[in-house]
Amino acid sequence: MIIEPMEEYRLSRRQVLVLGGVALATTAIFGLTPFNAKASPKEARAKLAELAKGAELQKGRINITLPKLTQDGSRTRIKFAVDSPMTEQDYVKSVHILAERNTVPNVGTYHFTPLSGKAEITTRIRIVKSQTIIVAAEMSDGSIYYAKARCNVARGAGGCG
Amino acid sequence: MMKPNAPRIRMPSTAKIGDIIQIKTKIRHPMETGWRKGGDGQTVPRDRITRFTCTFEGKEVVSADYDSGIASDPYLMFHAKVTGTGVYTFKWEADGEKIMTTSVPLTITNA
Repeated sequence: MIIEPMEEYRLSRRQVLVLGGVALATTAIFGLTPFNAKASPKEARAKLAELAKGAELQKGRINITLPKLTQDGSRTRIKFAVDSPMTEQDYVKSVHILAERNTVPNVGTYHFTPLSGKAEITTRIRIVKSQTIIVAAEMSDGSIYYAKARCNVARGAGGCG
Repeated sequence: MMKPNAPRIRMPSTAKIGDIIQIKTKIRHPMETGWRKGGDGQTVPRDRITRFTCTFEGKEVVSADYDSGIASDPYLMFHAKVTGTGVYTFKWEADGEKIMTTSVPLTITNA
């Protein structure tokens, strides 16, 4: 006979269970090791607290323009504008961009002077996966403001959606 | 055709004192994080621009410290308050002490 009876190839209940166990163990060892995104929102919050240097973190004064959904996280356009008169007495000293779930939360820091005229930047950043972006602004008087924006990423900068 | 590594600056060539001008800058750079593996399975060595500075006649206008989150071919748009005729100098500092600079003059139309 060319066609052999199917019964001979059937796995017993015990074999199925053993195979399932092996598969689970393999996943546990190799599959669940973290790939690229190592940072956590906790790390970003710690960074934010470090920037504040004990000063109270206040919400507002920053306007972020970031797409709600992006196809390509490897270059996502972000714009922020900090509300400030930008005079010698009162200006924005520096602005930090933090990405909560990137490999390293620090994205970039921008320093301004009264010569800048406006504390407004447009640039392109990498977003590894869907997450919240934090923009924190240090003012010349030492106060610190922050704002958040959410961005969903269809295809992240890390290569895994 | 522009040179592959020449930075591109777009800003007005004339302005009035007190104006706030918009400056757009772009430079070609891979911004390798040093974490990625290439096609041959080897880790691609880190090569990043770490600092950008824009100065007007020696005085700082805007500067930036770049970390891993800045996309390749860094694009930056910012503003500057016009105080007089002079030259804006743009400087990018990359890993391996590579420095790229360019400068653009600005003239004043009202005295």
